[in-house]
Amino acid sequence: MSITVNGSTAQLPIDARVSLLDFLRDHLQLYGSKKGCNQGACGACTVLVDGERILSCLALAVQYEGRKITTVEGLAQELNEGNALHALQQAFIDHDGMQCGFCTPGQICSAIGMATEAKRGVPSYVSGDLAADVILTRDELQERMSGNLCRCGAYNGIIDAIRETLSAEGVE
Amino acid sequence: MTPFTYVRAGNTADALRLGAGGAAVYLGGGTNLVDLMRETVARPGTLVDVTGLSNTIDETDGGGLLIGAAVRNTALAEHRAVRTRYPVLARAILAGASAQIRNMATVGGNLLQRTRCSYFYDTDGSRCNKRAPGTGCDALQGINRNHAILGASAMCVATHPSDMCVALAALDATVHLQGGRGARTMPFTDLHRLPVDHPEIDTVLEPGELITAVELPPLEFAKTSTYRKVRDRASYAFALVSVAAALKLDGDRIEDVRIGLGGVAHKPWRASKAEAHLRHGPATEQAFRAAALAELADAHPLRDNGFKIELVTRTLIAVLGDLAGAAA
Repeated sequence: MSITVNGSTAQLPIDARVSLLDFLRDHLQLYGSKKGCNQGACGACTVLVDGERILSCLALAVQYEGRKITTVEGLAQELNEGNALHALQQAFIDHDGMQCGFCTPGQICSAIGMATEAKRGVPSYVSGDLAADVILTRDELQERMSGNLCRCGAYNGIIDAIRETLSAEGVE
Repeated sequence: MTPFTYVRAGNTADALRLGAGGAAVYLGGGTNLVDLMRETVARPGTLVDVTGLSNTIDETDGGGLLIGAAVRNTALAEHRAVRTRYPVLARAILAGASAQIRNMATVGGNLLQRTRCSYFYDTDGSRCNKRAPGTGCDALQGINRNHAILGASAMCVATHPSDMCVALAALDATVHLQGGRGARTMPFTDLHRLPVDHPEIDTVLEPGELITAVELPPLEFAKTSTYRKVRDRASYAFALVSVAAALKLDGDRIEDVRIGLGGVAHKPWRASKAEAHLRHGPATEQAFRAAALAELADAHPLRDNGFKIELVTRTLIAVLGDLAGAAA
């Protein structure tokens, strides 16, 4: 039973109780994904599975056999062999999108998954017309990122960083 | 977490065989069950992963939709036919949880998620008839701001937490089941139980029975439908109350209407009395208020949740007013 994490193959644990988050942190020593609430309320453990954002604390590692996981450690690496930051990582620095930084890996993985959803046309609760093309206004970004809490309250910087990165990609 | 065996079902027959043991539980996305297991509220001996089963959304011959139980919440909300023909369903799903959780959670799992009553979760300190039958209910005299005003019993005042289910109740959905004694279907509104004397039993499912699909009937006027959720913060919180509704006007009269209420009862609440009050009557604020009062005539508020009566009334008036404007 294997799984791919940031491009490398790893063997899944024998004990089915191990969450994907504990597997990443305790078995693979990838400490980027954070254990905030460990009950699906804070988003600090957000990782990408085949490009889709999920909460690794509510996932059993064995459920994800054969899947491709990307954590914050894998973002820069996948783009350019780790020589530079992912554009969103740099934008978080430029816009003060953090204070303590604990929620940041989850915020960044979540925003990447969010952009993919928007490009695919997934609406949100605040979308006026559910059938219309997605326009990522500030209201839309706040709603779509609401699963990631920041107790320092760096939300304005976080949204600014995401907006800048998305507009550079031509999503907005 | 209590140790368990994890197995993946390759097909429905496989799932039924693996799920037949009394200690087996079906696993969807795990967003509720894994948490319940970590808190030791749930202690299954075997988890049967059914996320590899039916995960397609298909048109039915009658013009409805057949939704596989393993379809993820996001996939259902983004489906073109759901967004255009049943917007109440798409919007209800999008009102629930967070995007990360919607990417994981399945339709079947959403139906079978359990109450978020804090006394139900508090294994160390609280009495709960749903978690430990016969021990009592600490919510009854406790902090019960989030609890039920309709259909509760002296044994349990918990609410059903789902948003999606409120829309399914309003849309006359049907549930497809497979069990040891074969296949059957039932109206969605019959799936969940009121607590009565056995709040530990949430649904009428037989042991080992598996939800395979949810069917939406054709409902032309559901294109004029919406879902509104009222909660303590703007996003990512469970409902205090919610309203799912679809409306069809004939001139200034109401030809037909569907209403579901969330956050008010042990099950997704179909507001049949309000509907009967409105049908063939005027689409006015006065009529909307009278319909809410008709539905809530039997409401029994607890110490902290009396506000829900007025909140349901105002939310229903606002939702029906919006739909009347859109349908005119």
